[in-house]
Amino acid sequence: MYKSNKKNLMKLTPIEVIDLSVLLRKDLILDKVSCSIKNNSITAVIGPNGAGKSIFLKTINGLTNIDNGKITFNKIYNNDEIRNKQAMVFQTPTLLRRNVKSNMDFVSNVKNKNGEIVIKNILKRVGLEGYDDKPARLLSGGEKQRLSLARALLIEPSVLLLDEPTANLDPFSLKLIEEIILEESKKGATIILTTHDMAQAKRLASDIIFFNKGKILEQTDANAFFRKPLTKEAKKYINGEILL
Amino acid sequence: MNILLDAFAKSFELVFTLNEDLFEILLLSLKVSGISLLLSCLIGLPLGTFLAIKSFWGKDAFLVLFNTMMGLPPVVVGLIVYLLVSRSGPFGWLGILYTPTAMIIAQIILITPIIVSLTSQIIEEISQEYKSLFASLVVPSHKAIIAYLFDARYSILTVVLAGFGRAISEVGAVIIVGGNIDHLTRVMTTTIALETSKGNLSLALALGIILLSIALTTNFILIRLKISAKRRMYV
Repeated sequence: MYKSNKKNLMKLTPIEVIDLSVLLRKDLILDKVSCSIKNNSITAVIGPNGAGKSIFLKTINGLTNIDNGKITFNKIYNNDEIRNKQAMVFQTPTLLRRNVKSNMDFVSNVKNKNGEIVIKNILKRVGLEGYDDKPARLLSGGEKQRLSLARALLIEPSVLLLDEPTANLDPFSLKLIEEIILEESKKGATIILTTHDMAQAKRLASDIIFFNKGKILEQTDANAFFRKPLTKEAKKYINGEILL
Repeated sequence: MNILLDAFAKSFELVFTLNEDLFEILLLSLKVSGISLLLSCLIGLPLGTFLAIKSFWGKDAFLVLFNTMMGLPPVVVGLIVYLLVSRSGPFGWLGILYTPTAMIIAQIILITPIIVSLTSQIIEEISQEYKSLFASLVVPSHKAIIAYLFDARYSILTVVLAGFGRAISEVGAVIIVGGNIDHLTRVMTTTIALETSKGNLSLALALGIILLSIALTTNFILIRLKISAKRRMYV
């Protein structure tokens, strides 16, 4: 049974994004984006395909170059110390060509985390107990994503970035991952996730950032957003209409 | 046809009578090639991985250089090493000409570019997959190099085998710097060359068969390993 005990987390929040622009191969992917992500919030980044959601997450994680603007974590620019307290789960999990346990051991070794027991508990938590010796790349889609999340949890991140963590997953994996997201939030982590699943955004998110064509059109409280979106694009998106 | 049959008979006779000279030559061949391969791997595997995962000015020039060096003519390498370690050469004071050490140096020069180039190609492929994950985890370079090499281990075995193949079958360089001295620097390939020139074709062929058997056995083990790895999606 999960117990809510707030971790002693390095404070990386609020995350301030100011006039952020990102170019990829001369294409403007993020166009003067500004927003603020509160401490201990669950922020759902939503918007149509190609709106820039994934790049936004990767930029926060320091994986893409910033062409203009800035991102600060509790007023400090991104650096390796800050990045060491973030964890990112990619939409398509990248698993090492090893077994499940070795995938966990790798992260444990890189982050100087000790503990066979910790690894065992995390694997149990994501429903992969007894999978230690199974080759990671032979797992099912849901199991792969859960292993990817387990690696992220091993870091004990202050900021957890999840890029469509439950896309195309079975109901068991979806439920388990959502439960873990809520648990991590209760422990004090700030969570930013991208999703196309409006029901999931309603279930999990405290805040919403709505992207379209590389711009943030809305950033607001989740209840307010779903009750009364301010832009016609957001209204259309929620109603499942195509945005042109 | 008779020569071939004689050769097979001779090779079996040499092996099963535990011919002392043969085993001395065989052991020296394996020792020289093994040490060359080990040292080349120690240099080439991390270097090839570094070239694959790092971006820096002049990287392409390095890759072109190592790719070109893969085709280095052994006799030219032998000649250069000879000039360097001969009495009047800059390293003449080492007194290693016509010793297995000189043969090892020549073979390292021949094998290392193969290890570097092939490793670089393999790791470049795997790094496309791992790059974002490693960047996200802030994996230090030395740990990334070890991880890449470990995860590409089954493909790297092919690289090691290619290096071993080049070393064990090489004759031009080792005959120049080793001198093919009986009981000192005589290896399989130089013996084959010598016996052929003496007209002792059956013995030369027998040694060739033994050489081929070594290559076949190593390849067989490697293929079995790769099949097993593929089943677990480790390749």
